[in-house]
Amino acid sequence: MDIVASLLDILVSAAFWTAVLRIATPYVLGTLGELICERAGVLNLGIEGIMTLGAMAGWMTVYQGGGLWAGVLAAAACGALLGLLHAALTVPLGLSQHVTGIGVTLLGTSLSYFVYRLVLPQASTPPTIVPFQPLPLPGALAQTPLTYVALAMVAAIAYVLYRTPVGLAVRMVGENPAAAEAQGLNVTALRIGAVMAGSALMALAGAFLTLSAFNAFFFNMVNGRGWICIALVVFASWRPGKALVGALLFAVFDALQLRLQQMTGGVLPYQVFLMMPYLLSILALVLVARRASYPRALMIPYRKGER
Amino acid sequence: MALSATGEPEVVLRLVGITKRFGTLLANDSVSLTLHAGEVLALLGENGAGKTTLMNILFGHYVADEGTIEAFGRPLPPGSPRAALEAGIGMVHQHFTLADNLSVLDNVTVGTESLWRIRSDRRAARARLLELAQRFGLEVRPDAVVADLSVGERQRVEILKALYRDARILILDEPTAVLTPQESASLFDTLRRLTADGLAVVFISHKMNEVFAASDTVAVLRAGKLVATHATSDTDRTRLAELMVGRAVTPAAPQPLAAGEPVLELSHVTVASDHGRPLLDAVDLAVRRRQVIGIAGVSGNGQTALAELVSGLVHAEAGSVTLKGAPVERADPAAMIRLGVARIPEDRHSAGLVGAMTVWENLIAERYRAPAFSRLGILRRGAARTYARRVIADFDVRCPGPEARTQTLSGGNMQKLILGRTLAHKPDLILASQPTRGLDIGAVSYVHGRLLEARAAGAGVLLISEDLDEILALADSIAVIHRGRLTPLLPNGRASISQLGLLMAGHWDILPEILDAA
Repeated sequence: MDIVASLLDILVSAAFWTAVLRIATPYVLGTLGELICERAGVLNLGIEGIMTLGAMAGWMTVYQGGGLWAGVLAAAACGALLGLLHAALTVPLGLSQHVTGIGVTLLGTSLSYFVYRLVLPQASTPPTIVPFQPLPLPGALAQTPLTYVALAMVAAIAYVLYRTPVGLAVRMVGENPAAAEAQGLNVTALRIGAVMAGSALMALAGAFLTLSAFNAFFFNMVNGRGWICIALVVFASWRPGKALVGALLFAVFDALQLRLQQMTGGVLPYQVFLMMPYLLSILALVLVARRASYPRALMIPYRKGER
Repeated sequence: MALSATGEPEVVLRLVGITKRFGTLLANDSVSLTLHAGEVLALLGENGAGKTTLMNILFGHYVADEGTIEAFGRPLPPGSPRAALEAGIGMVHQHFTLADNLSVLDNVTVGTESLWRIRSDRRAARARLLELAQRFGLEVRPDAVVADLSVGERQRVEILKALYRDARILILDEPTAVLTPQESASLFDTLRRLTADGLAVVFISHKMNEVFAASDTVAVLRAGKLVATHATSDTDRTRLAELMVGRAVTPAAPQPLAAGEPVLELSHVTVASDHGRPLLDAVDLAVRRRQVIGIAGVSGNGQTALAELVSGLVHAEAGSVTLKGAPVERADPAAMIRLGVARIPEDRHSAGLVGAMTVWENLIAERYRAPAFSRLGILRRGAARTYARRVIADFDVRCPGPEARTQTLSGGNMQKLILGRTLAHKPDLILASQPTRGLDIGAVSYVHGRLLEARAAGAGVLLISEDLDEILALADSIAVIHRGRLTPLLPNGRASISQLGLLMAGHWDILPEILDAA
């Protein structure tokens, strides 16, 4: 009974939900970014590297004296550039999206560490910046601006995908590029554009870590969040609203396991709790994704006029 | 036809000297064509004659190596579907270019608005779509998801897509290949309404009866060359067939034979699907020796499941399968082959042959463990090659030899190779799924002749085909498949073509009438 009561205590506390929203933010942004790429038919496994680069670029801009929002823009621009690389290799050249994506992740991650070390060769403890502060709002609403940006993005992307001509065009190239071309659309340009936009969002997810959640850049700080986003896209059946639900659900598991670790005080090894969100994600994926109807042209390169 | 000021029909499209090569293959050889407003032009030719290539050049999917295109008096820039659309040319592809997961309205409107509009005007789009649908008798549901539509409905969406963009020239690539006879008739109705409205239509076909049912003019392509253009009323079938093939063709016709004992019996067989309606629903069927049983139906009604059941790839959930009098339970494909079932798969590329492997490897693929081809786990390559050379000679497979990779063979030669593998061991039951899909007339009559020879030699043939003409030409008895259910066997000739068409569309209420007529 004790444990149920304390669990309820946790679930009604504002601090818990504050943490949930904070934890969820990078997942929301990253999942939306991946979702846009995949809706256009391009799997972007570069996400982990793009997030790392976004985290580094955002932090470095601020550390070098730029404003926080300048850091956000710099991160997005770097993300879009890596996205352009991924798109250039996978769309016009039609290379394997898996292999290219893993290459982009390795490149983005190593490049970030390299540039960081180049600028700060001696730093033993990571230098810090003054990050975004929570807005003066009551309870769980006291979040940093980037969290609100992420929430606004959910609505904005849902609107663009389902209510505008360009959104329909992006969905069409992800479903049937030959049909899109027969309707006079430029498949290559649409796919490159979508991958760049999606990658910019992934980089924002990374920048949130260094500009809002923490105040420094560490090695391995993205720590697999990008891979979770890839799973969340499937969980969300490629829909922005469900992506938000998925990200929040994962964040709830994550925030809960932190508190459970403290509550049970050493009865179980803490790694068991660390594992919990991932296990539950796999379970949720198994239950939901079996029925998911994925974009039909996902991972299929399109070559014009091929016989 | 719409007349210009001079009293001549207005020329809407002019192709001059179109030449296209794919590697060493000359797909179009200096083809010139003229199309007038209000005209239906049938582009007739065998598979590989270059019809689709020509139309793909016209629509900007390919760029011609030589030649020019003029639409409504203006030169058409090459290689741009967008330019073709803007010039008023619409194309309905043989394999529909629709996104299955999107709605009808989405499929029709995509790309028609400026991409950067802040909001799509769905209401106006819907109104316009419904107005066009009404005007040309093309009934559609704008909000239905394409995946849920029948083939006929999808084709209507494709035509509406073109009309929505104000197409004045409509190209239809093999439009009736997947339709029931009734759906074809309704398509031809639509074409008449379109030409009455001043549109010009080109339809690609290799079926003679369509040419006479729907066209004003017929242009015949053979091996990339335009060999003749005639007013349809000035020519006849025999003449057109000779132009198409380049020689006289005699269709294979079955001789009457007394059917023997049953080789395959299905009794109340049900095959489940992953979701909802079973793929086969309490099917009863018997195939006897010296008999061809034709299964007619529109694609996607359970033909694949029936073929997979008889091949041993799927198993019956209920009911019984009997081969040569002995019940068969959960037999795998190897067991079915041992029991004397030979199959011509529906898709020769994906399920028939391994393209990257050689002719001899493909020929022994079903029997490589037989002592003739392997000893102590080691392949007897010499024996296999000798065997391959014999099959190549017996079945007239045109290829450089047993070492040729099968992907370098033409469709007709691939099918001959499969036929050779199938028939070389005197099977008791031949499962022929779409045995002549995509083959030219010459190869079709060869395949048909071989199947009838096997029938005469005592095999039972289960012919599953979406081509009703093929079934009518070969089958002793016909059953129609619809939504996984099979009609009783009807002796060939008992039901008229239009009755079969109704059965294919699911109007089984006419069955008693057909059965009582006997």
